[in-house]
Amino acid sequence: MKAKVYVNLKPSVLDPQGKAIQHSVEMLGFNGIADIRQGKYFEIALDDSLNEEQARESVARMAREVLSNPIIEEYRVEIEA
Amino acid sequence: MKFGVIVFPGSNCDHDAYHVISKHVGQPVDFIWHRDTDLSSYDAVIIPGGFSYGDYLRAGALARFSPVMNSVKKFAKTGRFVLGICNGFQILCEAGLLPGALIRNRELHFICEHVYVRVETSDTPFTNELNPGSVLHLPIAHAEGNYVCDDATFDELRREERIVFRYCDPKGLVTEMANLNGSRDNIAGICNSGRNVLGLMPHPERACEELLGSSDGRDIFRSLAATLAAVS
Repeated sequence: MKAKVYVNLKPSVLDPQGKAIQHSVEMLGFNGIADIRQGKYFEIALDDSLNEEQARESVARMAREVLSNPIIEEYRVEIEA
Repeated sequence: MKFGVIVFPGSNCDHDAYHVISKHVGQPVDFIWHRDTDLSSYDAVIIPGGFSYGDYLRAGALARFSPVMNSVKKFAKTGRFVLGICNGFQILCEAGLLPGALIRNRELHFICEHVYVRVETSDTPFTNELNPGSVLHLPIAHAEGNYVCDDATFDELRREERIVFRYCDPKGLVTEMANLNGSRDNIAGICNSGRNVLGLMPHPERACEELLGSSDGRDIFRSLAATLAAVS
């Protein structure tokens, strides 16, 4: 099993890096971009000791307590068989 | 009175802090490796600047899980004094000892220059030798010093007068121009509700000798030493 965790700044938190990327991309001529937000992506390989529900719970706790800072960030967990 | 300077892999202002305590405060001081957990002989600990764990994940995020941080939490709970400078401030926020977070500077750059900060309150163990409104000339050196917090936290910080330092111009006016990293309300340093834990982005330990461009930082260490002398 594999877990994927996506961590992004909350919509209310300014993302200066995303803004700078957006600016550069627009300079290159890409049109129609309303906003770019930069985030983090984690791939976590899991062994067979956990079932899917346990894996989801464990990875969500990891995302909440370590991978994200809940003051400024939000996360999403996906489990792949 | 005895001071400790906590050393994480990647700390790089630990020697500066040690130098200031031993030379200018004139008190005993130890380095405390991040795997040590016994803080019982100390009255104040300094979490110094640097790049603990290479700033991996988020600045201060991994240092929070070092064994010593559990002890620092207990240490703070008993009312003893914790001063977090720069990366130390980031670690204290990540550890939940101070509210809010420090994100990437508004203009993205790493900023390394001397700035001015205004002392907002003398009602802390770290500023009691200073007058509110006085202006300190201190260096900053960070890429993630942009202080953010939610509205409820901000209101609480203001109501309890826990905003200790704010970026200002040389005359002490708190202006947007002076807010180089984009911090909410020009916040450069805050304390906890018990007022015994202070975090700030500027480096007072690098501003204790005229030779280094400013000696204004000494007042912060003098304040802490005066507090410790009074309680011990």
